[in-house]
Amino acid sequence: MIPGEMHSELGNPEPGAPLQARLSGLARLGDPLFYGLTLAAAASIMVVTGWLVYQLFAHSAQARHEFGWKFLISQDWDPVAGQFGALPFIFGTIVTSAVAILIAGPLGVGTAIFLAELAPRRLSSLLAFLVDLLAAVPSVIYGLLGIFLLVPLLSGTVVPAIQSVAGSLPIFSGKFYGVSVFSAGVVLVIMVVPFIVSISREVLLSVPVEQREASFALGSTHWETVWNVVLPNARRGIYASIFLTLARALGETMAVTMVIGNTPRISKSLFAPGYTISAVIANEFTEATDNLYLSALIELALVLFAITFVINGLARLAILATTQRHETHV
Amino acid sequence: MTRSKQVLILAVLAGTMAAGAGAGATAVTGAGATFPYPMYSKWFDTYHKIHPDIEINYQSIGSGGGIRQITEGTVDFGASDGPMNDTLIKAFKDKRGCNILHFPTVMGGVVPTYNVPGVREEIEFTPQTLAGIFLGTITMWNDPAIRKANPGTTLPASDIVVMHRSDGSGTTYIWTDYLSKVSKQWKDKVGVGTSVKWPVGLGGKGNEGVSGLVRQTPNSIGYVELIYAVQTKLPYGCVQNAAGKFIKADLKSVTAAAAGAATTMPDDFRVSITNAPGDDAYPIASFTWLLVPDQIEDSAKRQAIVDFLKWMLGDGQKMTGALEYAPLPKEVVEKELQAIEKIRG
Repeated sequence: MIPGEMHSELGNPEPGAPLQARLSGLARLGDPLFYGLTLAAAASIMVVTGWLVYQLFAHSAQARHEFGWKFLISQDWDPVAGQFGALPFIFGTIVTSAVAILIAGPLGVGTAIFLAELAPRRLSSLLAFLVDLLAAVPSVIYGLLGIFLLVPLLSGTVVPAIQSVAGSLPIFSGKFYGVSVFSAGVVLVIMVVPFIVSISREVLLSVPVEQREASFALGSTHWETVWNVVLPNARRGIYASIFLTLARALGETMAVTMVIGNTPRISKSLFAPGYTISAVIANEFTEATDNLYLSALIELALVLFAITFVINGLARLAILATTQRHETHV
Repeated sequence: MTRSKQVLILAVLAGTMAAGAGAGATAVTGAGATFPYPMYSKWFDTYHKIHPDIEINYQSIGSGGGIRQITEGTVDFGASDGPMNDTLIKAFKDKRGCNILHFPTVMGGVVPTYNVPGVREEIEFTPQTLAGIFLGTITMWNDPAIRKANPGTTLPASDIVVMHRSDGSGTTYIWTDYLSKVSKQWKDKVGVGTSVKWPVGLGGKGNEGVSGLVRQTPNSIGYVELIYAVQTKLPYGCVQNAAGKFIKADLKSVTAAAAGAATTMPDDFRVSITNAPGDDAYPIASFTWLLVPDQIEDSAKRQAIVDFLKWMLGDGQKMTGALEYAPLPKEVVEKELQAIEKIRG
């Protein structure tokens, strides 16, 4: 039976058979081809990142030789005298991002919990849509809103209120001019919250329903279920969303430069003006004629790259540490 | 089918390229200063309408970028709000093997704008008060020096908040150039540049950033381009000129500043006209320049640039007023027409 069938197949090839054979040959080629294509895609990212670092490193050579490590700790930024130090910009970049994450983290995760766990389904999808819409607004629009709405609100109401309660603390002291490190942080909050909400909500929704049902079955309240069951399950994803937005906050340029006051000075008070790395690059790059000046600006870009790299690395380590501890604990 | 389609596409492509080449269109590219950009884009557009075969493409990437690109040879001409210094010119010569020519095109002024609640009268500034305020040595609006220049005006006993540009700009260059001329302390401590180390104050991005900060902050003072102040109807003060007169900036007083400097104009046109002599001269004004190599090998491009420069100095100057730029004085135009002859193949 079987040999006969085979014989008949071989003996009377159908018109399509050679094509089929060719196709199956291609199909066997498919896997390596697919592997090669995806490998090329992945490799291109490595190449672009490597090329970027190399270029920044090569073009900052003059400033690196001139100032050495002093570049990182000097507070002097004087294009006329050819003296360049990055510390005020590093400080401003880290402080604005820290302010943004400290406020946006709880706010964003709280919103996500409400949307995923507590809100009626219709309201939840409507709000989620609005949040996604916020994420699509260009940053220069946030900068304008910052200048025209946020700054008057802060200087008229919010900051006097904070200073009347906690004005004796150094970080809330001093005269407030509207533009400040704090204002930049608040604008960043508005810009990054949508990302935290959007990702955290998805992560929370992906926690299996059975887990919640089991918790309820054991007699837990809604609050206990969210706190003890859902959040621990979603923890990794929520951390990831926060660190993703931290990277965005570190590099944000337009909105920040419009409300930070652009003053390269390190101040104890959050209400004093400051400056960030990306803002000074955007501001001064176009008119930098001198080679050393340009080289110093490129070195600043290299520093920003390093800061982002280190913070992301630390964040990953932190996630790893907490999740592992959690697992061994269980 | 597909083969014939490909042939068709190729034929169309070839046709377009042939047509482009056949028309003999000359494309000239330039890059640089942002301050004269509205004027330049109007000029290049009008010139293209008169001479359809000449197309001049200009990118307003900033003076620094303009100088860099003309030195590298990636554009046919550059543009800058401040003249190239000797180091930059030497770098250009080393790289390109020819000289760079500066051609003044229009002039602009920079004015002090302020927001002092309760003061209705215009505030008048002397060189000493402006330098003192921006150095941080004069900190109150009712400082004796300011009061002395404004008799009859009641000035409040409030702290002065200083605003400056945060982005590198020709406006800052002109402002600091002026302050360096009138104050030795400013010259020693801060100096002249498109970005400087400001002793006091907050930075706003662009004219709109500075004027926005001034508008929102009571008791503040900043500086913006005259054109911007006129177009947005910002209040701005008079400044005492070298002859001791208080002058309000306008097209006439800015042109007067250039006329005062025209007689002493050096052959390479690299001149600062801040604090210019003359009773009517507004003291915080400057030229802006086109940067053209004196050797252009491509004859079509050379001819296009020479023709444009001649047109710009003639009919082009008549278009400046409509855009609030001050035109060049006659003496400068004549001198520039002679300098154009230096451009060779």
